[in-house]
Amino acid sequence: MVSPAPWPSAEAVWAALEGIPDPEIPVVNVVEMGIVREVQVHEGRATITMTPTFSGCPALHTIRESLEHAVRKLGLEAEVRTVLSPPWSTDWISPEAKQRLERYGIAPPKPVGDLIQLEPSPTRCPRCGSLDTTLKNSFGSTLCKSIYVCNTCHEPFEGFKAV
Amino acid sequence: MSPKAQAALIAKLTALADDELILSHRDSEWTGHGPILEEDIALANIAQDELGHASTWLSLRQALDGTDPDRLAFFRDAEEFRCAQLLELPKGDWAFTMLRQYLFDRYELHWLSAATASTYPPVAEAAAKILREERFHLQHTQAWVERLGQGTEESNRRLQAALEGQWGYAQQLFVPLPGEEILVGEGIVPELRRLKEDWLENVTRHLQASGLKLPLPPGYQPHSREHHTEHLWSLLAEMQSVARWDAEARIW
Repeated sequence: MVSPAPWPSAEAVWAALEGIPDPEIPVVNVVEMGIVREVQVHEGRATITMTPTFSGCPALHTIRESLEHAVRKLGLEAEVRTVLSPPWSTDWISPEAKQRLERYGIAPPKPVGDLIQLEPSPTRCPRCGSLDTTLKNSFGSTLCKSIYVCNTCHEPFEGFKAV
Repeated sequence: MSPKAQAALIAKLTALADDELILSHRDSEWTGHGPILEEDIALANIAQDELGHASTWLSLRQALDGTDPDRLAFFRDAEEFRCAQLLELPKGDWAFTMLRQYLFDRYELHWLSAATASTYPPVAEAAAKILREERFHLQHTQAWVERLGQGTEESNRRLQAALEGQWGYAQQLFVPLPGEEILVGEGIVPELRRLKEDWLENVTRHLQASGLKLPLPPGYQPHSREHHTEHLWSLLAEMQSVARWDAEARIW
């Protein structure tokens, strides 16, 4: 008879972390946002490596606590480390999460490589799908978003900054 | 790292953090008072970013000497701060605030770009991270300088007055700290003198294109970050009041 593994595996920890919503955008979780970089489990202790989205993001504190809480619920001790390198990029947000952002009403971030193009691709209105939109303000309700207005349906909307 | 270089680096990290922290506070004074809602939000975002950057630099210092960032921010007196005087000046009108943010953002962009090549990995990593966020600031404040400079007679006059009040102070951003040459020699931080040429060229071009005249002579230029304007005392009295009210509090 094979005895059960004494501690939850790293896969089990990843699965638990996928249950943590982003505090500011609850339709996506912290794993698919690319915030959790690494999970290691050793002798009843999980070491989670996370990277901040924006340096001044007030949600970081909450995210860190949620990570610790989720790990402890599996019966493991938790250590959460923060790394700055490589710096977080919106390119790490999973394709599924980008689709969910759009359905939620937030234009998903464009590929970061786009920023160096002379004429970056237009931002699509998440409400009506029009590409005739205007950036009104680089800054929005949270550090990660900008404010746009759609020239077709005339509704304002938020778009994720590409960083 | 030699003990001398480490002491110089601790001083430099403190100065970098203090610039961000004090500017952040000045910007935050506009929250709820911005000229229009969108600008109120934008400046609150910028203030929040700068606060995050202050926290980043102080956490690098913490890794070297174990000091608690919150203690440094809220329990130091004015004489112990190492911010440049430009950032202490009262927020003034919208033109004053936008111009200061622009002059500082432009300086920061040059400094951070060069610092990504630091031989001390934590500085290089922090610079790369912060640089990504700062691009949005410069884009925003650069547009405001142009808008105010090319706007109405009144907006141009206010911006020109702001420039006359700030131009000398802004030069202090390029005065190295005592001992900073050790860090430059070891490739830990960029040399300010070289950055100043790029900064001067860029801001001169943009300010002139926005219809402004560079003040001659440039006005009062502070030289030491150990000296502060009287404004820093009242700023700290407000910024630190809550933390000092209950210094033993562990959670806010």
